[in-house]
Amino acid sequence: MSLAKPVMRGLLGKRLRFHLPIAFALSLVAAIGFKYGVTEPRKQAYADFYKQYDAVKEFTAMKEAGVFESVRPSGE
Amino acid sequence: MTSQKMSAVKKPHAHLKMLRLTAGRVGSLVARRATVALTTNSARMASHEVAQAVDMSQPMYVDRLDTPLPDKPYTDVLTAADKSLKQKEKGPWSQLSQEEKLALYRLAFHQTYPEMKRPSAEWKTVLGGMFIFLGFTGLLVWWQASYVYPPRPRTFDEEWQAKQLQRMLDMKVNPIEGFSAKWDYEKGQWK
Repeated sequence: MSLAKPVMRGLLGKRLRFHLPIAFALSLVAAIGFKYGVTEPRKQAYADFYKQYDAVKEFTAMKEAGVFESVRPSGE
Repeated sequence: MTSQKMSAVKKPHAHLKMLRLTAGRVGSLVARRATVALTTNSARMASHEVAQAVDMSQPMYVDRLDTPLPDKPYTDVLTAADKSLKQKEKGPWSQLSQEEKLALYRLAFHQTYPEMKRPSAEWKTVLGGMFIFLGFTGLLVWWQASYVYPPRPRTFDEEWQAKQLQRMLDMKVNPIEGFSAKWDYEKGQWK
């Protein structure tokens, strides 16, 4: 009883035809997931922060806390 | 070798002259010892203390797990009994007895696979050596901590770290998604 001749050619092509579509699909899923899981929430967080942002109030708070060298708290 | 002492010579020069003479004396001793050593070396070679050189250009027998069929059989010199056994091997093997088969195996091979794979006590040496060196390293580390390290920077103190934390919150470090975003400024506590 003789065995069938094993496949000798086209091995890389067969592997690529199988794995490349999967690789592209998974990469696309990863990119979409990152966009809607990370970047969009981050953009929204920044937008919400600056919607109610009062720069002068923040500056005065930091000044009173004493973190600046050029302008000292009003007490000194 | 006579020492030449001149009346007008000064003390330092006298030392140099003495040094030269002693070096010369030692030099002659070394020369004599070197010739003695050479003669003993040749004597040693005559009395076979050096290992036999193996001709690496010829096929060699080797007991290796990854080489089941070495380049040549183990036994080179066959006795008359071995030769007759080898002749019998050329015929049908069913006519060989069990002892004959084993004898033929031992002619061709030195150790069987189980003999090659036999466990040894080497792991104890390895583990022991590892722990010895780890222990020694521990001693070195302790000594280093005691004698080498400079005094601890003041920035490691609890009080300094608390003041540092407060300053970071005052500056509003990363107020949107990071550090200060997690601090509740109204209540004065972490969210």
